[in-house]
Amino acid sequence: MSAPSSRGDDLLRGIWRENPVLVQLLGLCPMLAVTNTVANSLAMGLATFFVLLGSSVLVSTLKSVIPHEVRISAYILIIATFVTMADLVLAAVVPEIHRALGAFIALIVVNCIILGRQEAFASKRPVGRSALDAIGTGAGFMLALLLMGAFREILGSGSLLGVSLFGPGYEPWVVMILPPGGFLTLGAILLLLGWSRQRRAPQPRVRRWPHGVATGRAG
Amino acid sequence: MNAGADAAREVPSWRLLATLGVAGAAAGLLVVLVQGWAEPRIEAHRTAVLEGAIRNVLGEPARYDTLYVTDAGLVRETSGGIDASTTDRVYLGYDAAGQPVGFAITAAEPGFQDLIRLIFGYEAASGEVLGMEVLENKETPGLGDKIVKDASFVAEFEGARAPLLGVKPGAGEGDPGEVDMITGATISSRAVISIINHRLERLDPLLRSYVAAEHP
Repeated sequence: MSAPSSRGDDLLRGIWRENPVLVQLLGLCPMLAVTNTVANSLAMGLATFFVLLGSSVLVSTLKSVIPHEVRISAYILIIATFVTMADLVLAAVVPEIHRALGAFIALIVVNCIILGRQEAFASKRPVGRSALDAIGTGAGFMLALLLMGAFREILGSGSLLGVSLFGPGYEPWVVMILPPGGFLTLGAILLLLGWSRQRRAPQPRVRRWPHGVATGRAG
Repeated sequence: MNAGADAAREVPSWRLLATLGVAGAAAGLLVVLVQGWAEPRIEAHRTAVLEGAIRNVLGEPARYDTLYVTDAGLVRETSGGIDASTTDRVYLGYDAAGQPVGFAITAAEPGFQDLIRLIFGYEAASGEVLGMEVLENKETPGLGDKIVKDASFVAEFEGARAPLLGVKPGAGEGDPGEVDMITGATISSRAVISIINHRLERLDPLLRSYVAAEHP
């Protein structure tokens, strides 16, 4: 997928067309685990965004210094440092959210979106383009998390960002904030996206006969 | 890429080690710096949460003291080489007139998913629980976490007499220790009740003798 390679494309590609979660299906573990409220999604998205941007810039800056043989260890070291910093900052600034996210902040280290961008992009491109790519991918991940979080919080708790939407008469659809709700929501989102993508894809050539009977090649 | 190019590109192992060594040291330094900034804030938050909870379960006392639990009873200061920071403790609240209003006691035991950590207020002379607040839990969202979110369950503890007895909602027979459990959160609500009972089994004699001796 390397047709155009302009700076704008570096930035925009990760947000929608090559969205890390919705298209590449990476990072599903945090996607399913922490998206039961919008606030959690936002904190997870911001932490991942910070880690991705920091590591991409650093990896891209140091790419000529890091020997090829130990590059993965070096990337993991860089990522782990950023994750630990994000973990501590979240614990100090938003302790409630930090507690809700639990181990999943620390697990950003093994989020394949981040290591994937280092290995596939930042380690081969200049710093500016790597930063744009990281911003795009990070924003795409955040977008997917927020989409899930909003959907699950509205249905599962009847609220958005903790503000009650439907009043006390609403019986929350509890399963939506439990793990099965994560799978159901992700499945529904992917189904809708796949369906719309298929509809927009070029249709097989249809030959229309004069009397209005359309035939198309199967497949 | 042919073999010659590969050989030319080979990096000596000392460089590999040096790269990772330097990177590791730099990473460690960074983490230590951030830790130094974050640690006092995390600690301050933890203290503020506990303080708020103590005030809540004791009904806003004028002040409270920390008492350490030792084999000999409750003491204001640990002695004999016992480290105060790791010693089990309770908090004794006083009203504006200097009269004790009750103890705030933390306790933790496994719930449905993980440890439930809670704090409760307790008046030793009458054996009355003054209030309960869950500090930490990982119970099932929407079901078990009603031990925090269901205000009527939390209110059940106010005025209940230890030892507590969990009953089905509406099925109580007038026992002063009755606490209505939550439908759909049987295990979590039973855990909260037994955490308080277990903790009091051990502490109650110490609390009573302390109150009897200090505030006759």
